[in-house]
Amino acid sequence: MAIQRADVERVALLARLEPSDEEADRLTGELAAIVGYVDSLAAVDTDGVEPMVHAIEQTNVFREDVVRESLPRDAALKNAPLHNGVGFRVPAVLGD
Amino acid sequence: MSDSPAEPTAVELLSRIESGEQSSVELTQAYLDRIEATDTKVGAFLRTTPERALEQAADIDRRRSAGEAIGPLGGLPVAVKDVLCDEGELTTCASKMLADFRPPYDSTVVARLKAADAVLIGRTNMDEFAMGGSTENSAFQKTHNPWDLERSPGGSSGGAAACVAAGQAPLSIGTDTGGSIRQPAALCGVVGLKPTYGRVSRYGLVAFASSLDQVGPLARSVSDVALLYDSIAGHDQLDTTSANKPATPTLPEVDKPLEGLRVGIVPEHYAEGLNDEVREAVEKAIDGYRSAGAEIVDVELPHAKHGVATYYVIAPSEASSNLARYDGVHYGRRTDPAAMHARLTAERKAAAEAGDSAVADKLDTALVRLYRQSRSEALGPEVQRRIMLGVYALSEGYADAYYNKALQVRRLIRQDYDRAFDKVDVIAGPVTAAPAFKLGELIDDPLAMYLVDLYTVSANLAGLPAISLPCGRSSTGLPIGLQLMAPPLEETRLLRAARMHEQSHGPAMVAPI
Repeated sequence: MAIQRADVERVALLARLEPSDEEADRLTGELAAIVGYVDSLAAVDTDGVEPMVHAIEQTNVFREDVVRESLPRDAALKNAPLHNGVGFRVPAVLGD
Repeated sequence: MSDSPAEPTAVELLSRIESGEQSSVELTQAYLDRIEATDTKVGAFLRTTPERALEQAADIDRRRSAGEAIGPLGGLPVAVKDVLCDEGELTTCASKMLADFRPPYDSTVVARLKAADAVLIGRTNMDEFAMGGSTENSAFQKTHNPWDLERSPGGSSGGAAACVAAGQAPLSIGTDTGGSIRQPAALCGVVGLKPTYGRVSRYGLVAFASSLDQVGPLARSVSDVALLYDSIAGHDQLDTTSANKPATPTLPEVDKPLEGLRVGIVPEHYAEGLNDEVREAVEKAIDGYRSAGAEIVDVELPHAKHGVATYYVIAPSEASSNLARYDGVHYGRRTDPAAMHARLTAERKAAAEAGDSAVADKLDTALVRLYRQSRSEALGPEVQRRIMLGVYALSEGYADAYYNKALQVRRLIRQDYDRAFDKVDVIAGPVTAAPAFKLGELIDDPLAMYLVDLYTVSANLAGLPAISLPCGRSSTGLPIGLQLMAPPLEETRLLRAARMHEQSHGPAMVAPI
């Protein structure tokens, strides 16, 4: 199924990106070509095949539930574009 | 330091430092001078850290003369791809998004390099967020192939490969998600190893594709690569995908040839599309194994042809999730808030005045607009393309057809290798279909660029260790690489097999810049 301009706009919102009109046009063509290429996977017989995520199949890796030191607050805020010493400042989430 | 192409390897330099013939400070200064003299042409380094490097070197020299124990990298300069966290130092991933980012902690790899007494000399250029095969996607600068400055060094670890090829550092650290160590190593004529997935910690590695990323060494000889690999490999509690199996040192074993070695070759690799000179060089390398007593066996990897398609579903999908964190909130570039609010207000006003409630309803909230604008301004086109692809492949209605399907094909690719490794010990073949391409040649054709990964992606999908070795030059002097692959966790076998090839070739040359 070929990618259309409307798909690009829907996906851009999900991806939290804001392409310009020209960029969205270009992306439509590029993504259509790439998706057209990966569509070749549909023809591969994968009946009964388990999806593979990890090369060395490890299951849940746990540690002991003990309290450890975590990143100090000021280190965590150091790279913040805007903060108030306690947390990160952003535009109002509700009632904006 | 001489300008002769046959420069000493890292192992040789280490013995000079250990014997007192040369100090780490002298060596470090010599490499800093070399970088200064050549990097305006090559562009391998985003920045050097000379003060810290000389301090590290001086400290190591002092401890050594005081008879204290010194780590295995003993004062050797190491360049690091700008994608691994180094506490307090810039870690930009060659992206505007992280142009000012200084991590609050060390990645495990950088911590281990420091503990091994490496001298961290500088940070190398890369494709932005490791997405690319040419280093042209760097937001900051181009890197040029030291063997032909008009050509790409490959990518995404283009800087790491180029700096070693140009004699700017004896050792470097790169990362490989779909070929990003091996392909630039091949195009720049150096040795590059991608370890088994999970063999080297990803803690503090800025994530691109979590099930594919691996950190690995680049150098001009197999022993150098073994030396560096040994200092970073091994289980890490901080990385839950880290293999909980001890990493035995490879350097002491590397010079032992493998008796009765069975080398697999894949007839499909040599179809049309493979450059004739690459074919010749690779076949000659395989003949070399034959002469050394190895048995050459045909193996089939029927699903390998789906590797690029499989990779270009899985990698962008994982990337879209990993890069969601770059939202302008906690770190990284945030869009100008005043301009953002002004534009949004104007849009709302326009929609209200036009009485268009449909448009008004669809307008972003301020927070969403903050995310969208910050990301669009600070992330490059290739990164945005892959995020879009990934979101598409994971979105409702498509996840089964794309992402889950790709994971199934991935298992089939791995099973082909498992079967092949019943019959052979290593698999040999080309790394790239052609030598280095010109800068600008592929950058406008994303799909053509993706197809450059043809021979390398399968190792990442299957999680297998793979190495690229120089095996000849084109008629115009461009390097050609030989790829060897081995079963999971068989790095010692892989390096010993690699050394067998290198015996008849010697270490890689430094490019005359």
